Amino acid sequence: MHWLQDLEEKARLIRRDIVTMIGAAGSGHPGGSLSAVEIVTALYFHIMRLDPQNPDWPDRDRFILSKGHAAPLLYAALAHRGYFRREELLTLRKLGSRLQGHPDRKSLPGVEMSTGSLGQGLSVANGIALAGRLDGRPYRVYVLLGDGELEEGMVWEAAMAAAHYKLDRVTAFIDHNGLQIDGPIREVLSPEPIAAKFRAFGWEVLTIDGHDFGQIIGAVEEAKKIKGRPTAIVAETVKGKGVGFMEHQVGWHGVAPKPEEVERALEELEGGKGRG
Amino acid sequence: MAKMATREAYGRALVELGREDERVVVLDADLSKSTKTEYFAREFPHRFFNMGIAEQNLMGTAAGLALCGKVPFASSFAIFATGRAFEQVRNSIAYPRLNVKIAASHAGITVGEDGASHQSVEDIALMRALPNMTVIVPADAVETRQAVFAAARHEGPVYLRLGRMGVPVLYYEDYRFQIGKAHRLRRGRDATILACGYMVTLALEAARNLEAEGLSVGVLNVSTIKPLDRQAVVEAARETGALVTAEEHSIIGGLGSAVAEVLAEEYPVPLRRVGLRDTFGESGSPEELLAKYGLSVANIEKNVREVLLQK
Ligand SMILES: Cc1ncc(C[n+]2csc(CCOP(=O)(O)OP(=O)(O)O)c2C)c(N)n1
Ligand SMILES: [Mg+2]
Repeated sequence: MHWLQDLEEKARLIRRDIVTMIGAAGSGHPGGSLSAVEIVTALYFHIMRLDPQNPDWPDRDRFILSKGHAAPLLYAALAHRGYFRREELLTLRKLGSRLQGHPDRKSLPGVEMSTGSLGQGLSVANGIALAGRLDGRPYRVYVLLGDGELEEGMVWEAAMAAAHYKLDRVTAFIDHNGLQIDGPIREVLSPEPIAAKFRAFGWEVLTIDGHDFGQIIGAVEEAKKIKGRPTAIVAETVKGKGVGFMEHQVGWHGVAPKPEEVERALEELEGGKGRG
Repeated sequence: MAKMATREAYGRALVELGREDERVVVLDADLSKSTKTEYFAREFPHRFFNMGIAEQNLMGTAAGLALCGKVPFASSFAIFATGRAFEQVRNSIAYPRLNVKIAASHAGITVGEDGASHQSVEDIALMRALPNMTVIVPADAVETRQAVFAAARHEGPVYLRLGRMGVPVLYYEDYRFQIGKAHRLRRGRDATILACGYMVTLALEAARNLEAEGLSVGVLNVSTIKPLDRQAVVEAARETGALVTAEEHSIIGGLGSAVAEVLAEEYPVPLRRVGLRDTFGESGSPEELLAKYGLSVANIEKNVREVLLQK
């Protein structure tokens, strides 16, 4: 299982970069970046057909980060995948940087779509899927949504449309970390039951452990086999995953770690201690 | 004079454009019979997407299609395309500078009997405020057809404002619309009326009537609200020294505001703005509403006479 160890190691390095870059920026969203590390790592390093040397390759698979506040995760993955140099990660949120606080497709190669306003990414993924079908291109579209994001009505407009147009090349990951800004999603305004809702909207739904690479990859393999309807993968995750003092903490949604906290986090994310 | 609604001209032009350009796709929100995208839908069913009554998702889907090289025309009523989906247009189309053409019909109060909920009088203001957005308000059927083709050639987001009511055809087929260029329909010495949409027709009539009173009044068709033809505005100010704007839209944020901004910064002269004066519309026939809200030949004339007193 060499590939699995490679993915675990990538995830660990990406987590380190997320913590480091948000710390350096002095602002940003660690919790929701850390909860989706395995999902995005699996996509960029195992699942998607991409060519970092040719970011506009028409047949590439697409990834839309609908929960755009997890930009540090996307940037770290893109840097590790070779879209740009890792040093640039430290420019996050700085004036003139290509690494805007939320992703900007115009400034950074590899960023498929500008996001940050929640609720809009699935619609964009649908449009990409419709274009792919018209053009007879084989690519697939992956989109990552937050569980709190599901409170946006537009998500359900898009869910309805994806099923209506039988967009089986669309796969939506739901980062089910149970938290949003003001508290647990069940207390703020519950979008539950999430799986049942997507199923009722005509989707195939798979529920997995969102930190288990085997399950993530297995679910995508299954989604690829499903014809005539889109697939939602509800990924059970831990907000802040990998950094003990951030895990399950609402308070770490949108707060940057101070230098000593970055240090503690990096110690925890040292190599050789198993999974980060 | 022959009449045709600009939405009708839009529907026909889309079919023509669709035959020439494979990249063109059309999205509508359960209003294809009204926006006239039904013509395109009939000829190119596989390139037409009815997105149902869900305008926000419609805009996001159009953005995704544009990301893959399509040229999406996204249609609904002006109020829903720019109002309901404003933030989608902003964040998923204008900010990423995607090649989506928002072609919205039923703008202004000539919607008529449906009343204020359906009469968009602030859409120009909303779209004009967005960076990267081009805003076009064609005056008649000929200019609409030209604008559809120009929008398709233009790389970037465009807002095309269309009307429900039949309006006179002002231009001959050989007219050439250019994005960003105002078109002078009449030369004058005393004042200039700058108008867009149906108000161009009324402005021409007002100018003719005023001529009988011995006043020489020019008329500019400012069909591109953004980027505004600043040069044409300044020239009109310099040559005639007094301007009147006329639009089927609120005087806040539309053509009148755009012209006022240029005058204030570059060439201050007296200005009067004809348009809805910070009010919603209501039910009534288009003719009744135009008269009641001062979007009339008589009111344009009155404003010209008043602005001349300020010279
Ligand atoms: C339309 C919109 N409203 C509000 C916000 C502010 N906001 C940023 S993140 C967030 C909470 C997101 O919660 P969730 O989707 O669960 O994300 P995660 O837990 O994965 O970070 C909110 C409300 C936003 N970005 N967009
Ligand atoms: Mg959450």
